[in-house]
Formats: sequence, C-alpha cells, structure tokens
Amino acid sequence: MAIADIHVAEDTHHEDHLDHEQSFVTKYIFSQDHKTIAKQFLITGIFWALMGGLMSLVFRLQLGFPEATLEWLRPIFGGWITESGKLEPEFYLAMVTMHGTIMVFFVLTAGLSGTFSNFLIPLQIGARDMASGFMNMLSYWFFFVSSVVMFISLFIETGPAMGGWVIYPPLSALPQAISGSGLGMTMWLIAMMFFIVSTMLGGINYITTIINLRTRGMSFTRLPLTIWAFFLTAILGLLSFPVLVAAVLLLIFDRSFGTSFYLSDIYIGGEALPNSGGSPILFQHLFWFLGHPEVYIVILPALGITSEIISTNSRKPIFGYKAMIGSLMAIAILSFVVWAHHMFITGMNPFLGSVFMLLTFIIAVPSAIKVFNYITTLWRGNIIFTPAMLFSIGLVSFFITGGVTGIFLGSAALDIQLHDTYFVVAHFHIVMGSAAFFGMVAGVYHWFPKMFGRMMDARLGYIHFWMSFVGVYSVFFPMHYIGIAGFPRRYYSFTNFDAFNSYADLNALITIAAFITMSAQFIFLFNFFYSIFRGRKTPQNPWNSNTLEWTAPINPEHGNWPGEIPTVYRWPYDYSKPGAKEDFIPQNIPFSETPESNFPNETESIKLQGIDKGDAIIVDETEE
Amino acid sequence: MVRDLQIVEEPRRPVSMDPKKFALWLFIVTIIMLFAAFTSAYIVRQAEGNWLDFSLPTIFYWNTGILLLSSVTMQWAYNSAKRDDLKNIKTAISLTIVLGICFLISQIFGWGMLVDAGVFFVGNPSGSFMYIFTGLHGVHLISGIFFIIMVLIATVKYNVHSKNILLIEMCNTYWHFLNALWVYLFIFLLLNR
Repeated sequence: MAIADIHVAEDTHHEDHLDHEQSFVTKYIFSQDHKTIAKQFLITGIFWALMGGLMSLVFRLQLGFPEATLEWLRPIFGGWITESGKLEPEFYLAMVTMHGTIMVFFVLTAGLSGTFSNFLIPLQIGARDMASGFMNMLSYWFFFVSSVVMFISLFIETGPAMGGWVIYPPLSALPQAISGSGLGMTMWLIAMMFFIVSTMLGGINYITTIINLRTRGMSFTRLPLTIWAFFLTAILGLLSFPVLVAAVLLLIFDRSFGTSFYLSDIYIGGEALPNSGGSPILFQHLFWFLGHPEVYIVILPALGITSEIISTNSRKPIFGYKAMIGSLMAIAILSFVVWAHHMFITGMNPFLGSVFMLLTFIIAVPSAIKVFNYITTLWRGNIIFTPAMLFSIGLVSFFITGGVTGIFLGSAALDIQLHDTYFVVAHFHIVMGSAAFFGMVAGVYHWFPKMFGRMMDARLGYIHFWMSFVGVYSVFFPMHYIGIAGFPRRYYSFTNFDAFNSYADLNALITIAAFITMSAQFIFLFNFFYSIFRGRKTPQNPWNSNTLEWTAPINPEHGNWPGEIPTVYRWPYDYSKPGAKEDFIPQNIPFSETPESNFPNETESIKLQGIDKGDAIIVDETEE
Repeated sequence: MVRDLQIVEEPRRPVSMDPKKFALWLFIVTIIMLFAAFTSAYIVRQAEGNWLDFSLPTIFYWNTGILLLSSVTMQWAYNSAKRDDLKNIKTAISLTIVLGICFLISQIFGWGMLVDAGVFFVGNPSGSFMYIFTGLHGVHLISGIFFIIMVLIATVKYNVHSKNILLIEMCNTYWHFLNALWVYLFIFLLLNR
C-alpha cells in the first residue's frame, strides 16, 4: 500500500507541475510534451521524405531518359548541370547517396520511430509522459541539428557525400577519390554522430518508459503490439547504433588524423599513400553490424502499427498475439547474427558464408509467421477499408513480395550473380522502403485524429493509396528483371554498354511510374496540412478501437488524462467478442462489467479473487 | 452485484524500477556495445596479420591499482551516505576524484611511454587501437569525474543522505562500471597482444 501511496502523491504533483501556463516557446518549440515532440518528428520526417523523394526523381530522370536535356533544372542545380545539359556524374552519385541516407535514417528511423514511439508509447501504456521529457526534447533537437548539418552539406561547393549511403572506405575516406569525400563526407559524419545521439536518447527513453511507467493492470501480455514493436525497435537501436559510432569514429580518425584502420596500399595517380595495414573489410563488418539491425529498426515499428490497424479494422482479435510477439523477438535476435549476408562477395570464407546464409534463411520463419497472422486476422473479418487499413494491407503485400526475393539474395550462390544489381535495389525498396513507408502513412491516417483532433479526408486517402500502391509496384517490379539481366546499381549511365541498351524502355517506364507515385504524395501532403486546420472534427473514438489513447480527451493536454489514468483489465484485441453488446471492448472495461461476453476462465478469475480476499479488498480499493 | 464484482477485480501495478536508474543502466549498455565493437574490430583486424607487437607500458599496471582503489573509496562514500556519515562522504568522494584524476594523468604518461617505444597513433593499427581504447575510456572517465563532482556539490549542500540516496547510488554504479571497463580493456590488451 505504501508504494501505491507514493505513486498517487507523485501523480498529483505531476499534474500541478503541468498545469501552469506555458509560453509559445516551451509549448511548441522546446516542448517536453511527448505529443508535441512526436509532431515535430513527423513534420521534420515529412520534409525529409519530400527531399529524398525529389532526389530520387532527379536520378530517375537520368536513368530513364539519358538523352534528355536537363537544362531546365539549371536554376536549381546550377553548376551540377554540365554544359551539354546533362547531370554531372558526381552529382548523380551525390543524389543516390543522399537519397539513401535521408530515407533510411532521417525518414524511416527518426520520422517513423520518432513520431509513433513518442506519440503512442505514453498514450497506449497509460503514462502521463515519457520517463524523461527533457531527454526527449534533447532527442528531437539533436535530430534537428543533425538535419541542419546534413541539409547544409547539400549546398557546399564540393557537393554532399557521394560514396553511397553505406560510405565504404576507401572511397569515402579519400577526398582525392571523389569530390564528395571532402567536406561533404565530413558533414555527413558529423550529422550522423548527432543523429546517433538523438536515437540513443530516444531509445533509452522509450525502453525506460515502457518498462517502468505502465498503468495499473498493463502487464506485458496486455501491451498492444505497437508498443511491443517500438520496444524491440528501441532495444535494437540501443545495441546497434553504438557499433556505428565505433565504425564512424575510426573512419573520422582515418580521414582527419592519418590513421590506417581502413586504408592500406593505396596508389593515387601512381603515388602511394602513406597508410598501410588497414582493412576496408573491417569497416563493412562494423557497418553491417549496425546496418542489418537498422533495416529491422525501420520495418518493426511499421509491422507493429499494421498489427494494430489490421485488427481494429477487421473487427477481429489479432490472430496469434503471442506468436506475433515471439516472431518480433525472433526477428530482433536474428537480426544481429546475419550481417555478413551483405558481404558474400567480399572474399569472405565460404564456410562462414554458408553459416550466415543459414541464419538468414531462418529469419524467413518469423517473417512468414507474421504475414500468416495478418492474413488470418483479415480472414472472414468485418473489414472496414479505411485509408489506414488499405495502406496496412499494402504493407503486407510488399512484405510478401519483397520477402520472397530476400530468399534469393540470402543464398550465397545466387548472390554472386545478383549482388549490387537492381535486383537488390528492387528487393529492399519493396520489403523495407515501401513497406515501412506504407506503415508510416497508415499510422498517420489512423492516429491523425488523436494528433490533431480532426479527421483526414478518406476519399483523397483512397486516391493516394491506389496511386502509391500501383506506382510502387510499377517502379520496383521491373527492376527485378533489370537486375537479373545484370544491371549494376549506382551506375550513372548504361547507354555506353551495348548489353544494357535493350532495357532502355523498361527504365523509361520506371521513371514515369516514379513521377506518378511521387505526384500522389502531394495529394497526401495537401490532405495532411488541410486537415490539420479544416478537417472534419473527430469523434472520441473514430475507429471504435480498444487501446487506451482513445479514452484520453480528443485534444489531450500535457499529462494526457485530466483525471486519473485509466486502469487496464484486458488485452487490447477484444473485437467482436461473442455475446458482447458492441463489437469492441476497450482495455479499461473490467470483466465484471461484461458478464455476457466473458469466457469461462475470465469469469473464474474474477470469482477466485473474490473468494480469496473477501471484503478486505474493498477497503483497500477505496483507499487508493 | 456488478459493483461488488468490479471491486474485487484488482489489477496489479506493474513491477517497476526508478526510471533514472534504469536509464543509467541502458546508457551503460550502449557503452558496452561501443567497446564490444572496438575490441571485436581489434581481434578481426589482428587476425589479418601485419600487426605490430609491443609490450604495454608498465605504468598501466600501477594505474589499474589506482583505479581499483578509487572504486573502494567510491563504495566507502556510498556506504557512508547510507549511514548518514556526512563527513566521511566528503572525504571519500574527494579522494575518489583525486584518484580518478591521478589515473588520467598516468594514462597520459602511458601515452608518453608508448611514443618513446616507437608506437604512434598514426601508423600500424595495432598502436592506433591502443590509443583509441585508452583515449575513449579516458573520455568516459572524465564524464564520470564530472558526475562525482556533481555529487560532491550536492553533498556540500546536504542533499546526499540515506533518504536521498539515488544520485550517489547512480554515481557509484557508473564509477564501478567505468573501472570494470578499464580492467576489461587492460586484460583484453594483455591477452591479445
């Protein structure tokens, strides 16, 4: 009882503290409220998604229409357009590099985890805020600083980083090798350091909050799958990003202090560099030890969001709740022991290759369990096709399509042919890029009412969905064929090679599809910003959902619930429970209020407690 | 009837730990991962050959002792805080700070001895790794010393006592961890030369 008393005292103190008037700066800029920070992450993420998307159009133009003149882009790109109206080859590489960096880290890590972990964790577990609002605020502002540095690097004379988003040395280590490896690369490294600090601060906060600040009754087996996904994502980040720090730090020393961790026996223009004894493969090991968990950091939150949306809109409990948690955990653990499948052709010991191949194939099992459970949740449900639901189903479709090609690439023998071709590009853009992006967009459509108190327009949502869905498949599906034919990725031009001329029309088609897909995103942007101010006012629980966030006021203040935090009595997936009055029973409804729908064991559990403790409990409860 | 049933259904408050203490442990996990990455990189690189062999500076044996002693004084400070022995807290904490700074200075002497032995930061990765390990550990140790100074200031303001133990407890944990980290690095370097 003493413990409970302290907590009550703490809670009231907390509310007092939050009540006083806040200035514009503390409320909207240096805010410590998890909801505002989530929106800051979302808006920044959308900005970066727009930048990254537009960059992809620039290099798609080059790939699809190599003969076209890009003179009309000169007002924007200036000297990066050559005299003959072509894209400077180095600038093409810069665009590819920045597109990858921005999308993987700034959009699908910070924009996705940052938005939804921040927004949903306190609201869904029943907490007033994150464990440390201050650290949370720092997390955003470190991300902001990182964004500013990365953004400035786009405009410097030598250009931004050009060595690919994986920044393999020696290319990224030697400014003599490519102009982007000068100042641009330095800024890339600085920006990433800030980014990692931001991710660490966020991740520590997410884990601490989920473990320590759950409301009464919110056991781990009653957590929504979104929270499980965010939790495991944060753990992955916490374990893998320090390794990137190590990799980046050594690269910084190589670049700026003359050490030889990654550099050895390099000749430039016939002259030998002094570095000797380094190993570029070492960088790949360190990088991919982060890099592979990173792709799960990107996809797991999207899978969590999808679980929640599919269950809610199928009006059915999620199929295999514990199997979902188990497969999330299995993916999280396995993600740390498969990194070398990115390095099959680096001259690795073939025996080691087959070990990593086996481990990689094992990941197919939990992934397939998840997909199976999504489909069985949909099976014979009373499906409501909201835009969020469509995007979630789209995610499942991408996850299957991209997952199948993953089995090709995971095989060390096939990878010799497919490595570094457009097949790889197609694979990860579908399974990780588009799937995670669809999960993020689904989350925005689903939780927009909670974020801004208004609804997004569903009809524009449907147009957005169909254009994106068809668009993504028309962009990335043909890339499989181009890849099997042997087109290497990151090449500026294919017209110089007779062998690759035959696919010029397919490349043009991809570019046109990319433009259509991108134009659909402007519908979303309009819908998003218009609805913030002019959207239809939302009801309390627009999707008839079970989770706790819908019990909070429509526009929650700092502190989330004005009175006491609701208590949780059941798991979050009691949809269409036989006998129930409505087709959903929120988590904060006790079993004793729903005798008509309780399963025998649930009725039993209430009775048992009654017999065991008798009247004494009544006194306890009123005290609290 | 329904009302009665509702009352007997008492949900349990989830088990939880102090969030700050928990966050500190997570921070420690990130440092462990950072050094795990470096030491693994060391082993991977060493296995490739072309590796400069040299013996560790003898001062490392001595300053490991200094650091272990500072762990003892830190624990002494923490125990004194639990017993509300304010005078001893101040003495023990000040001693810990002095020992910590002594260790850092002796690390710099250690670097001097490495240079004298012809092992430079720029050169064979074998030597570079040596400087990275000691340097990064030193940076973390400086953060630990700042933490202890914070505790010392709090102690002077009578904010550290048996009823307000969290700060010094976290400091104690962090300092022990940093010392254990050095012992790990030292043994690692001894075994993998």
